Amino acid sequence: MKCQYCEKPATFHITELTEPAGPKVMHLCEEHARNFLQKEASSPVASVAGALAKQLQLGQTKQELAELDQKECPVCGISFFEFRNTGRLGCPYDYSFFEEDLVPLLTNIHDATEHVGKRPRRLAASADSQARMIQLRREMEEAVELEDYERASEIRDELKRMEKELSQPEAKSEDTSDQHNRSKQADRPEGEDRS
Amino acid sequence: MKQQTDFSSLAKSSGEWLRGTGPESDIVISSRIRLARNLADFPFIRRCSDEDRDSIERTVRARMEAMEDWKDIRYIDIEELSEVDRQFLVERQLISREIADADGSRAVAVDPGEQYSVMVNEEDHLRIQVMQSGLDLQAAWATIDSLDDRLEGAILYAFHEKYGYLTACPTNVGTGLRVSVMLHLPALVITRQIDKVFRSMQRINVTVRGLYGEGSQYSGDFYQVSNQVTLGHSEQALLSLVGDEVVPQIIQYERKARAFLVEQNQQDLHDDVSRALGILHTAKKISSEETMHYLSKVRMGVNLGLIDDVQVATINKLFIHTQPAHLQKLHGRVLGSSDRNVQRASYLQRHLHGELGDGELN
Repeated sequence: MKCQYCEKPATFHITELTEPAGPKVMHLCEEHARNFLQKEASSPVASVAGALAKQLQLGQTKQELAELDQKECPVCGISFFEFRNTGRLGCPYDYSFFEEDLVPLLTNIHDATEHVGKRPRRLAASADSQARMIQLRREMEEAVELEDYERASEIRDELKRMEKELSQPEAKSEDTSDQHNRSKQADRPEGEDRS
Repeated sequence: MKQQTDFSSLAKSSGEWLRGTGPESDIVISSRIRLARNLADFPFIRRCSDEDRDSIERTVRARMEAMEDWKDIRYIDIEELSEVDRQFLVERQLISREIADADGSRAVAVDPGEQYSVMVNEEDHLRIQVMQSGLDLQAAWATIDSLDDRLEGAILYAFHEKYGYLTACPTNVGTGLRVSVMLHLPALVITRQIDKVFRSMQRINVTVRGLYGEGSQYSGDFYQVSNQVTLGHSEQALLSLVGDEVVPQIIQYERKARAFLVEQNQQDLHDDVSRALGILHTAKKISSEETMHYLSKVRMGVNLGLIDDVQVATINKLFIHTQPAHLQKLHGRVLGSSDRNVQRASYLQRHLHGELGDGELN
């Protein structure tokens, strides 16, 4: 028997036991088997595509999805189309920008939409601050490209200032929408599992 | 060339997680926990410019090196490595196949005992992982939690109040935590109960992956159990799902199946594992999959008391050391596939014979 992906003999016969339709058998050569087995347990693209397919069945029409596909993040420029084809988002701000489209997806994948568990001890940057820092970094790279080193060093200072501000564990910020003091693991209540 | 020398010495040793001890180590090879983390002020890897990747790598490296207790850490620039060295780190489970095959700035920091590693610029900016021999998720968690705390003190993570640690793929968001337990389940395979056992577990949010060897059901002996979801459950709840609920149940089934085999079929079983050991002792050339197939049988034979002159730790090491890049590093030169088959057979024999007296590998 030949490998499913090349002409070499299939010496590994791998069975995925978690396919909803029952076990799926794959016949692979040593190299492809190694590659396959060393990948993450579940393929993100497959999970995302599967969850999106469910979402479609649950109400979104093809036309709605086509419109959604055009939507582009103003920070990293990724389109929803690119995201659903690769399974990967472009920047932290995508979770805010695509929020209403991601929430049903998270529900399908995790059966939950809210984080429970560990939090950073210091302030987390708000979605807006993170977006601002990423944009500043882009501007800095552009300034360097244009040999405008004065502007580039101004931006570097601004980035340093922002990071320093966000590194204060107890600091107060004007933008409090998603900035809270962090509690340590030991302070967390038991039995957080909602399953 | 320093890395070349270092790798050759690394090739002769083994990570702590292969020592073949720890709770349930007759069945559980290793426990692994990984955390996915991203820097707050950079796009995710897919949208990073080359400058961004360089900058992430430099920033992370500088901050790690400035951390206390960091002086013994080996920081390896993956971009600079040869193909064999990259493959070596993959076989060693210190880096993923994805980061080995990627382009651009990327690195891994490894502790001297190879208990943990931190990949920089994998699918997420940071992938922190801890490996532990046997089933000991709490010990692995304690290590990774403290490492994560230390990194978090030096690096501003992308974190969202509602969605937790933000990751490039929504399948990892929240805790960013993946627990994977590698199990050796030969008796469930021989007694043909394995599919039934795993089918009954499909409802409970775990992923099971199996590897079947050539030709027959017999050789499919290694399975990895991992949590499927990362959001909406605490780290402790996820550890407990895998480590307290699912894995102990599978271990119990495997033990029952082993007891049944010993009781019903001891002569056949003894014959089978002895032949496997015989082939490993005498073959003049052997492929890596054939090696895996027979080592798996020998491992079960040792655990059932049918073979008493080989140690589990030795077999665990041989699984890793007989893989292509390891053989080449041990030899100090590039070997073609057929040369490797000859060298592999010779390597197996030296170590299996060599240890008959004192049980030591190196």
